[in-house]
Amino acid sequence: MASRVFGSGIKRREDPRLVTGQARYTDDFTLPGMAHLAVVRSPYAHARIKRIDASRARSLPGVVAVFTGQEMKDAGFGGIPCAWVVPNSDTKTPPYPPIAIETVRYVGNAVAIVVAEDRYLARDAADAVLVDYEPLPVAVDPRKAAEKGAPQLHADVPGNLCFHWKVSGGDVEAAFRSAEVVVKDTIRQQRLIPNAMEPRAALAQWNGAMGELTLWVTSQNPHIARFLLSLDTGTPEHKIRVIAPEVGGGFGSKIPHYPEDSMVVFASKATNRPVKWTETRSENYKCTIHGRDHVQEVELAARKDGTILGLRAKVWAGMGAYLSTASTGIPTILHGLMLSGVYDIPAIHEDVFGVFTNTTPVDAYRGAGRPEATFMIERLVDLLARELQVDPAELRRKNLIPPFTDGHTVATGLVYDTGNYEAALDKALQMADYERLRKEQQEARAKGRHLGIGLCTYAEICGLGPSQVAGAVGFGGGLWESAIVRFHPSGKVHVMVGVSPHGQGEETTFAQIVASELGVPVDDVVVLHGDTSQTPMGWGTYGSRTTAVGSGALMGAIGKIKEKAKLVTAHLLEAAAEDIEYADGKFYVKGSKDRFKTIQDVALMANVAWNYPKGLEPGLEASAFFDPPNFVYPFGAHVAVVEVDAETGEIALKRYVAVDDCGRVINPMIVEGQIHGGIAQGVGQALWEGAVYDDDGQLLTGTMMDYALPKALAFPRFELGMTETPTTVNPLGVKGIGETGTIASTPAVYNAVLDALAPLGVARVDMPLTPERVWRAIRAAKRS
Amino acid sequence: MKQTVSISVNGVPGTRDVEPRLLLVHYLRETLGLTGTGVGCDTSQCGACTVLLDGRAVKSCTVLAAQADGAEVTTIEGLARDGQLHPLQQAFWDNHGLQCGFCTPGMILTACDLLKRSPQPSEAEIRYGIEGNLCRCTGYQNIVAAIQDAAARMK
Repeated sequence: MASRVFGSGIKRREDPRLVTGQARYTDDFTLPGMAHLAVVRSPYAHARIKRIDASRARSLPGVVAVFTGQEMKDAGFGGIPCAWVVPNSDTKTPPYPPIAIETVRYVGNAVAIVVAEDRYLARDAADAVLVDYEPLPVAVDPRKAAEKGAPQLHADVPGNLCFHWKVSGGDVEAAFRSAEVVVKDTIRQQRLIPNAMEPRAALAQWNGAMGELTLWVTSQNPHIARFLLSLDTGTPEHKIRVIAPEVGGGFGSKIPHYPEDSMVVFASKATNRPVKWTETRSENYKCTIHGRDHVQEVELAARKDGTILGLRAKVWAGMGAYLSTASTGIPTILHGLMLSGVYDIPAIHEDVFGVFTNTTPVDAYRGAGRPEATFMIERLVDLLARELQVDPAELRRKNLIPPFTDGHTVATGLVYDTGNYEAALDKALQMADYERLRKEQQEARAKGRHLGIGLCTYAEICGLGPSQVAGAVGFGGGLWESAIVRFHPSGKVHVMVGVSPHGQGEETTFAQIVASELGVPVDDVVVLHGDTSQTPMGWGTYGSRTTAVGSGALMGAIGKIKEKAKLVTAHLLEAAAEDIEYADGKFYVKGSKDRFKTIQDVALMANVAWNYPKGLEPGLEASAFFDPPNFVYPFGAHVAVVEVDAETGEIALKRYVAVDDCGRVINPMIVEGQIHGGIAQGVGQALWEGAVYDDDGQLLTGTMMDYALPKALAFPRFELGMTETPTTVNPLGVKGIGETGTIASTPAVYNAVLDALAPLGVARVDMPLTPERVWRAIRAAKRS
Repeated sequence: MKQTVSISVNGVPGTRDVEPRLLLVHYLRETLGLTGTGVGCDTSQCGACTVLLDGRAVKSCTVLAAQADGAEVTTIEGLARDGQLHPLQQAFWDNHGLQCGFCTPGMILTACDLLKRSPQPSEAEIRYGIEGNLCRCTGYQNIVAAIQDAAARMK
């Protein structure tokens, strides 16, 4: 393989359109005759709809139509499907109508829709729709909602219990019986709002004459969107074209099939006009999925020498009011199976209760389940270190799974692919100069300053995933990927892929792969994605799978191109096909380096086919599908250094060291960018972010004024390092890197803050660690 | 009742009749079709809609088109000259200062204003100077690097 392009941080070919304003996001599209849709939303978290009076709204100038949920239902639009039902968990999937009928179950639940000539008129008319509600009692907290006597959301879901899922491995009872020390904690994995910078939008164009539907939508997975849309809207899959144009970030929040997607389709059919809906940020906070929302009770059993014996946990996971597309898989498969982290833990048991609450539906948000698992074990390891009064780095080292290259089975049954955890830990400690940091901490403490050092060693599951496993764990789709490589007569290349990047840069990294493997200039390759009419079926971009799985398909297509090119070359050079070898863009006759055809020569001849092997199809194009034999498990070690002002509770993040291992690196610049962004989001969870509902189910953090997103001045310059442990799961040895930063940084920073607070007697504070909470915790500790 | 406004956008003068409540960002996006300026929030926090109004960075979701009457507006579409990227555009590209790109136009125009006021800002000054612009992808590190790089190029 030519290595100059593969592995180099070449600049992104996506960027020229993005830095000049020439990129086109969904809301940027305007079609002839297009109308705008606005949604009337419930101000109550739980209420019966007594009456909807749209007469005044209908009479306003520029209003095209007003529709209710019943009308949408009567037109044949079914409910929003839940696409992941985890087996052996008795999962209830109550109906999820795109517009509420009879009952609203969270603030922001759609009640009616208005179609008007422009977006201002649509908003005016939505405000003019009068709705009478009869408020009902409200359940907000997932643990309380599961208690006896809590208000009930769905008639057919007793106790609001959506599911009870269990994972078990080893003899956890025996582990706790024989434990010399047990540490416990109750962890609130607070609810987060994903906040992709581009709000959601959907534009539907129904062509009644042809029975064809085109939907432009802010989606991470247009092929899934098409599939689910066909189930929900009644338009068959082959008559639907879904286009995810430029998409401004997703972080999981643009995976689901949303009610608004169906609304614009319905409205376009009903009015016979193209109809666009664009979310406001306030709507985004209420109506785009949230993440996390766990209450976790967890305990760790160990021997006095620090050997971990077992982990036991009970989790109440808030699902929100309805089941979003992938919701039930997040707190179960992607969380519970990863509780072991990087440690050799012989016995694990977890019960997860999925609970409906009168809140915005919860689904995958960056990390999706793994942050909730990683935080749990990383927090408990720190508590154990404190209990045993040993260094948390050394306690981690003692329990790490030793290096392995051929699979390692953990207690929950997963088989990790490859790992060398101690190497990452060593490198992170060395980069941070850990011993000196501990000395500095001692000196600072002597002077009354509160310096804290926090660690996280992690492994995570991504590169989703083998389709057989997807099926076995109840995911309603496959998880393979696809690619088409098409050579034009002039030797230029189009690559069409089923994944759908939206900021991750695969237009560049996939071109690097083609350039490296086939010897074409990288600028001769264009990668197309996001349009179901142009690209082969694929399952989309999430779960850090785009490169890990997508590159496998691309390598398959490249391999087929090479094989065909050898046949063409053999014919042109009058040699035997088995004597043709490939290197650096040239197909040689074995042993005579001056007898060759370039890939461009082959592309031209394959396309004109004037002088061509008998029986061989013309053209130089190959299609391939790749279903990985396993997930990939990137890993690493992060070190955070903070200083806490005990007078004010304010926290300064002083340093952040991240060592990550994602196997082989195609473009280091892009990999580092993914890690930077991931760290920022994870630190956000530790220190600032949290969706807050009051007891009536009102979202108190309903705008960017109230929900604290990380800003530039909150961060030091992140210090990154890599180790390289290739996976055996895909041809290039690459692992996912999109979510590692988010998974690792929350516990690293949290542990650092609690390390700083330890001399003050503070053992726990709920996230986010706002100055007020920290200040109160310090005061409370002083009093006791 | 409509109101007549004359606004020069990217050096092109224009006069339109608009609703008094029309936001400048919607005037740019929908009246003129300049969609490079995005809308990321409705409370003036995110800065995605930042444009230059008479040379100063403003959030165009918080300015009425009527208030911009008689003003000169520069949007991301007007920054490159004669096919040459502005040094900030080039620096954002060179330093991987963007991922999904949605915050990028606003971020670049904010940085334009910042560098005009302080041509050689410190890292802390840059981080403070872009606090009105949110980015969810990059963790800001390469945005800061891009602005530092652009400052050096514009010396």
